Amino acid sequence: MSRRTDSRATQTKRERLTRRDLLARAAGVVGAAATAPVAGQQSIDTTRRPGRGPNGLDQRSPFVTPRRDPSSTSSRTPLQDLRGTITPADLHFERHHGGVPEIDPGRYELLVHGMVDRPTVFTLADLQRFPATSRTCFLECSGNLRRGGPETLPQMVCGLTSQTEWTGVMLSALFAEVGADPNATWFLAEGQDAAVMTRSIPAEKAFDDAMVVYAQNGDALMPGNGYPARLLLPGWEGNASVKWLRRIELADQPFMTREETSKYTDPLGDGTVRQFSFVMDARSIITDPAYPRVIEPGWHEIRGLAWSGRGRITNVEVSVDGGNSWEQAALQGPVLPKAHVRFRHPWNWTGGPAEIMSRATDESGYVQPTWETLRAARGPNTRYHQNPITSWTITGSGRVLFGAERLQA
Amino acid sequence: MLAASVPVATAQPPSTRTQETFGLGRAATTAEIEALDIDVRPDGWGLPPGRGNAADGAPVWERTCQVCHGPEGKGGTAAPVVGRAPNGRPPTVGNFWPYATTLYDYINRAMPRNAPGTLTPDQVYGVVAWILVRNEIIPNDAEMNAETLPQVVMPARAQFVPDDRRGGREVR
Ligand code: HEC
Repeated sequence: MSRRTDSRATQTKRERLTRRDLLARAAGVVGAAATAPVAGQQSIDTTRRPGRGPNGLDQRSPFVTPRRDPSSTSSRTPLQDLRGTITPADLHFERHHGGVPEIDPGRYELLVHGMVDRPTVFTLADLQRFPATSRTCFLECSGNLRRGGPETLPQMVCGLTSQTEWTGVMLSALFAEVGADPNATWFLAEGQDAAVMTRSIPAEKAFDDAMVVYAQNGDALMPGNGYPARLLLPGWEGNASVKWLRRIELADQPFMTREETSKYTDPLGDGTVRQFSFVMDARSIITDPAYPRVIEPGWHEIRGLAWSGRGRITNVEVSVDGGNSWEQAALQGPVLPKAHVRFRHPWNWTGGPAEIMSRATDESGYVQPTWETLRAARGPNTRYHQNPITSWTITGSGRVLFGAERLQA
Repeated sequence: MLAASVPVATAQPPSTRTQETFGLGRAATTAEIEALDIDVRPDGWGLPPGRGNAADGAPVWERTCQVCHGPEGKGGTAAPVVGRAPNGRPPTVGNFWPYATTLYDYINRAMPRNAPGTLTPDQVYGVVAWILVRNEIIPNDAEMNAETLPQVVMPARAQFVPDDRRGGREVR
């Protein structure tokens, strides 16, 4: 609070007037050169011409053009363009291994079989008749780190995380419905895409918080996110939340599919390979200011996201001096378990070179590590579950650049 | 006042195994289950009848796989499947796959990538044998079938360990 007042106070009245003056001039330049500038004036005077009427499906303003960044295997959420915690469905990241199937909901079926009393086929309508649950949580691909150069957007650093209010049926209810054998310790989840994606999931997760979801932010799932129904394993690596779910098979051992052996496993420094590493460790990133912004001296609010697959975020610390000192950021409530939370921290940039970074702590006591700490713990060959502290450097001229050096070697 | 009397649903399920049922869904037929149940486990459960050795697999590889994976199983546009370099670098079937059964399961369900699900069991066994021979894991003439494939011991098998991260202060 006092910080906020301080940084405001450092701006003189004259500076503020100058800036307002500039803004007004900028607004006026476009269409009203002849008349005196009026605050908020548009190139076409919107107060003199009725706008469009109500329509059937709204679109973003033509001035607002957030885009996912697609590659051949994934598309990444533009974290730098978002300000809350919910990811619009059309900006949710995608990662799939055989393309997006087009599935007719009228023909969709989910088969649940294996170690059950009653092998059962559920239609989409069946799933929607079960008691429904809504849950807001993040979904993150475990391959969510790119170590780019200085000109790297938040989207490229870790845009394979998104947050949704999902709605569906608790998997435990489906297990009760089919009479799950108490000796079943694993289940296979299989998709209806061209990869026929399969993962083995410990049955405990079904009795904890796993869901089969059919709605994304209240609407039907987007095709790229599993329409018409997908598995949702809150806090766990995204790949295991199998999309276009067509089959669940209960068993007393894991199936050792390719995606839990050759992929999504973690070679460690001691020569072992960690398997079934489902939980996403705590992480945070500053999404603003970030590349490609250029900032001016004075008041800024450092903003970002923090999340943990092990529960609630309990603390986010921010450093503005490259990690020499840390201050506690404010968390925007409600702080939900296994969910993106917004953190904010006031900052008065005085104009010199600076490096800003954030560090998350979750309710298990886990503290987001530095890249060096991660490498020391895991060796050089792990590809998944990389959650290092990342930073943005501010040059003397206010350019905000990714702290690429933090992630060297 | 009102708030206290309204039940609030949370995302936490009633975590009990003796929950009520709703009579939803219909009984799955054996034929339906068999049509979808294509998975293969390390103990061999799920492997279909059929057979093939590397000689049988070679023409399959040439016709349907090498365009992406290269004539020798490496050096193509897709990831290499042949190689025994130490430390699992680069990872291949030879130095990184813990179970041979996974090869059958994965190739049968997802390969060839441009036409998945089009190989016959004999063709899958053959191409699995071809990959295992190239990786010097089975003898040249070894036949792969539902009995022999689960017995193949993969070089990387012993390396795989369960996740030992538990949260808390320690970074693992
Ligand atoms: C059109 C290109 C293409 C063709 C043809 C193709 N593959 Fe693949 N293959 C791929 C790609 C791409 C991947 C990686 C897929 C992924 O990661 O989701 C892959 C992955 C694999 C893997 C897993 C590699 C690993 O280490 O995890 C195996 C094994 C494999 N293919 C075998 C085959 C066989 C056998 C055939 C022929 C029957 C075949 N592929 C045909 C493109 C192809």
